[in-house]
Amino acid sequence: MSVVFGQADQLLDWSWVERNIGQIVDRTWEHLTLTGISVALGLVISVLLAIVVLRWRWSYPPITGAAGLLYTIPSLALFALLVPFTGLSQTTAVIALTSYTLFILIRNIVAGIDGVPAYVKEAADGMGYTPRSRFWRIEVPLALPAIVAGVRIATVTTVGLVTVTAVIGLGGYGFFILRGLNTFFWTQLIVGVLLSVVLATILDLAFVALQAWLSPWSKRRAA
Amino acid sequence: MAETDVMIRLESVTKQYAGTELPAVGDLSLDIERGEFVTLVGPSGCGKTTTLKMINRIIEPTSGKILIDGVDALSMPAHELRRSIGYVIQQIGLFPHRTIAQNVGTVPSLLGWEDSRIAERTDELIEVVGLEREMLDRYPSELSGGQQQRVGVARALAADPPVLLMDEPFGAVDPIVRGHLQQEFLELQRKLGKTVVFVTHDIDEAIRLGTRIAILNIGGVLEQYDTPTEILSNPANQFVEDFLGGERGLKRLGLLPISSADIVRGPVADRTSTAEDARAVMAEHEVDWVGVLDGDRLLGWVEASALDGADLSEVEPRPFAVSLTADASLREALDSVVTGHARTAVVVDREGKYRGMLDLEAISEEITE
Repeated sequence: MSVVFGQADQLLDWSWVERNIGQIVDRTWEHLTLTGISVALGLVISVLLAIVVLRWRWSYPPITGAAGLLYTIPSLALFALLVPFTGLSQTTAVIALTSYTLFILIRNIVAGIDGVPAYVKEAADGMGYTPRSRFWRIEVPLALPAIVAGVRIATVTTVGLVTVTAVIGLGGYGFFILRGLNTFFWTQLIVGVLLSVVLATILDLAFVALQAWLSPWSKRRAA
Repeated sequence: MAETDVMIRLESVTKQYAGTELPAVGDLSLDIERGEFVTLVGPSGCGKTTTLKMINRIIEPTSGKILIDGVDALSMPAHELRRSIGYVIQQIGLFPHRTIAQNVGTVPSLLGWEDSRIAERTDELIEVVGLEREMLDRYPSELSGGQQQRVGVARALAADPPVLLMDEPFGAVDPIVRGHLQQEFLELQRKLGKTVVFVTHDIDEAIRLGTRIAILNIGGVLEQYDTPTEILSNPANQFVEDFLGGERGLKRLGLLPISSADIVRGPVADRTSTAEDARAVMAEHEVDWVGVLDGDRLLGWVEASALDGADLSEVEPRPFAVSLTADASLREALDSVVTGHARTAVVVDREGKYRGMLDLEAISEEITE
């Protein structure tokens, strides 16, 4: 035991953690805000684009194609591309991070709405729903689990991507990772990686809970 | 005066899909009277479902006119029209995210009823369709298929619409449950007196449920529109005859009550009779058994060989397998004749008093009529 801890002591310098607790809190906040703003913004844009897709079906391939193309650009390159326009700012980070969420979110929203069975929609029509009320009161609630699943994946992905924004002076926990790599001071690197993983896991579980809470009907089954 | 009794009138209704040569339904005219239970039946492609769905404009007709209680169905927004028409489909289509109570209360809620009134109506309906009130707080996925379709029927009836459209509503449940649902729905309909239009591909279901049957051919061609007994007795043409299939006589018997045939007293003797009297009864009816009466009850039957000089009261009579009431069908009577030892159907009244017997001859007279 002592041997293992002995090694770990070299890797993980607890006194550093104690001394820098204030900065860890700050970077946690930064990580959360970058993730939150980007996913929220991504969701708003995706909802709007999904409404366009649902209204004009032909727009689905070009819109998802464009979002897919954004998704394939390496994140480092995207930051580099944006810096000349928006500088080393939070705006740069948010634009890049947001663009990565679109592909996942649009596809999940559209799939969620498309996944509502035709006979449920027919029954809704037969009961006398107007097209608009059918969409908001039947289709959207039934699509919510799929939509939340999309937000969940987008969030977890973004938590990981935020660390890359360290190259433009932000990064949340990525700040520690980058500095750890530059200075060969492993404690920072490990703290950065671990906290990032923990944050992603906590958010992931939170969304699982949210999904269950939003769709009580899909949980209970006939005995 | 007869005009006012028409609840649903189709006038030269046509549905032509773009890119197809033949219309799905071509120039179909059909009157459905108030309180009628009309079954639309025919092979696939005959346009029966299309016809049904044009009545509540799930499918918009290409041309023609549909009047519901004298009002042009196309003269109002589709969603308003649909709120006054009950609709039940094969896949049921309950809203998975809503409780049973919310599902049943769908149309009342769309019509803006007060919550307390909706709750009252929901409580009432769940019992009408034979479900427990505890089900109201559950979700559709927690119910069996048969239970779900009962909820589907309750939902369709919620705002007490005069017209009920049903698209193969019992098609997805197993045959036993289907039989129960059909029987229950028939009894419910007798109480409610709705005007029902019911699509099925199953001619037996059409015969069993409908007060009138519309037999459609490919393209919505109306081949015959009449009562089940009339169609079975006098099919309009070869198509109808083929569609009715075999056992037409049996199917007809299934619709006729025992009371429509000649019920005879049959070979019966009081249990106090002597062996000699009993043998005389057998001889008179040319059979080798005799029914044993105790006042107005039929105890069973005794074979000639069992008598053997003993009086009737000394022999234990063998019971008849089935006793039928006069409102049972002749088909049931026939079954009882061919499966029972005594080769006869015993008819009793509701209190169990002996009414008489039916033999094969009496039944076959009805088949050939």
